[in-house]
Amino acid sequence: MTNTLTIGRKGRERSATAPVPRRRAGSARPPWQEPPTTVGQAAKGLTLGGMLAVVLVPLWIIVVTSLSTPGAINRAGGLVVWPDGLTTEAYREMLNDPTVRTSLLVSLAITAIGTAVSMAVSVLCAYGLSRPRSLGHRFILVLLVITMFINGGLIPTFLVVTGLGGYDQWWALILPGCVSVFNILILRSFYSDTSAELIDAARMDGAGDWRILWSVVLPTSRAVTAVIALFYAVGYWNSFFNVMLYMPTDSEKWPLQYVLLTYVNRGVGLPGSINAGFGNTHAQTAPLSLQMAVVVLTLVPLLIVYPFVQKHFRTGVLTGAIKG
Amino acid sequence: MSTARAETARRPPRLNWRIRLRRDKSLLLMTVPAVVLLLAFNYLPLFGLATAFQDYDPLVGVWHSDWVGFDQFRQLFADPLFWESMKNTLYLSFVQLILFFPIPIALAILLNSVLSERLRNFIQSVVYLPHFFSWVLTITIFQQMLGGAGALNLFLRQHNMGVWDIMTNPHTFALLVTGQAVWKEAGWGIIVFLAALAGINNELYEAAAADGAGRFRRMWHITLPSLRGVVVLMLVLRLGNALSVGFEQFLIQRVAVGHDSADVLDTFSFYYGIATGNYSYGAAAGLFKSVISLLLIWGANRLAHAFGEDGLYRK
Repeated sequence: MTNTLTIGRKGRERSATAPVPRRRAGSARPPWQEPPTTVGQAAKGLTLGGMLAVVLVPLWIIVVTSLSTPGAINRAGGLVVWPDGLTTEAYREMLNDPTVRTSLLVSLAITAIGTAVSMAVSVLCAYGLSRPRSLGHRFILVLLVITMFINGGLIPTFLVVTGLGGYDQWWALILPGCVSVFNILILRSFYSDTSAELIDAARMDGAGDWRILWSVVLPTSRAVTAVIALFYAVGYWNSFFNVMLYMPTDSEKWPLQYVLLTYVNRGVGLPGSINAGFGNTHAQTAPLSLQMAVVVLTLVPLLIVYPFVQKHFRTGVLTGAIKG
Repeated sequence: MSTARAETARRPPRLNWRIRLRRDKSLLLMTVPAVVLLLAFNYLPLFGLATAFQDYDPLVGVWHSDWVGFDQFRQLFADPLFWESMKNTLYLSFVQLILFFPIPIALAILLNSVLSERLRNFIQSVVYLPHFFSWVLTITIFQQMLGGAGALNLFLRQHNMGVWDIMTNPHTFALLVTGQAVWKEAGWGIIVFLAALAGINNELYEAAAADGAGRFRRMWHITLPSLRGVVVLMLVLRLGNALSVGFEQFLIQRVAVGHDSADVLDTFSFYYGIATGNYSYGAAAGLFKSVISLLLIWGANRLAHAFGEDGLYRK
């Protein structure tokens, strides 16, 4: 009992201390540094403020417009910057639209299943290659790394997937790109760093490799697992080109990104439930607030998960492995 | 590498492979799914490259299509559309190298000089965010902000300053796509440089300051040399990818600006290969691109070694 407790605590310590040395504690200016000049401070403030503004201002405008009444949009002549009459009508409209609803479910399903498959395959492979001096691990590693530099390219891959019967099949959106060698290498470099004493101790207690992976290695590398899972999930959520390749042009299997491309970016009217009573000037194009609501919808899952994972970016999860 | 050598020295006499197989069979079993998937979707397509030397007919497959040798390549090199997309690729890649590459380095140095850790963390979490947006979303946001009916032109029209349509102008397309790439990826790009900056020993700065070096001399003599290795590595990766300038980004915007400025090598193989059903032709263009890319990686790496840096791997 005490033994497992120590393992747990040790593990938490390890994931908390970053491989990259943090800067000196506190926010104080070191005594040897000269005080900043006014001009320098102003330039720095402007640049950093600008960096924040170019990301946050467009998002603000899009969210406000999606929540605006038709009257507010008419008064503004288009996108709304300052809230002026808010309503959630566009969101209700959107979630009642069969096209958007189906595509949302498709996107969620592809993301959930794809991430689960990718993580299972990558974690197993990364651990399988992480034990020093195991049989054949160098050969398999080389086999993996080669694919980072040499690949068949677009058309041969397309021919293989369709040749295996992937046209109009769900698996064609998941399996062809489900292994990222780069992600496996990141995981592997973390697993290789897992304390050998911990693993040897577990082996003495009679644990096999499956048991060690599940009870020792995975619990001690939660941060990197979370980051890699986010990478995979974002990849699946954002993918649209494989839909263009493998799905028929008029399909119930379109994910949300493809709906965004067709109905917002290209301005094609939604085939579903759009009614004219919504202050709709162009006959076929969806109203602006509805379009912006679709944009926000593609952002929401990311914004829910991001805060929990982004703190790990700073702890050197990625940078440690870049040179691997 | 040195640890591996130390291990060799201590390593017990080599075990019989059958004993090692029995010991490591679960480890090997764990790698099977990944290896099978890579064999199917990365190695199998390599054989598909044979179609570049065929007149591929999807009805009879790779095994029974006619072999035509280098005919596809001869046709490719005589195709003005191919050279146009080649020219666009190199031009866009060059513009991005000049305008994009230095920005994350400068921003990382700037951000690193912010004293408040909370402010630093906040800025980081905001500027990393667009990296996780899809290209569809990014371009939609650009369209809403800068497009003909977007926020910028709305403002210009309301103040009688005319219209500035950036999104559909082929002449400024290179700047537009570079701007999009900077918006989406420059923030994320600082992550590597920040890590390198965090690794610099503060005593170096302190000693230099004690010797009378001002902030710019310290940056020139300590900060920039410490970043050299990472900068060279990133440059090697960038050069190796010089022929892949962002496939989806161009695919989406090709409609708006026309193919003469938006076609790059990747979109060329898509439009003249898959979309027209002329698979062998597209495969030939893809193979040409892969070979040149491989040469670029190799060359850039040689260059890195010549500068005494590691590059992708050590000499």
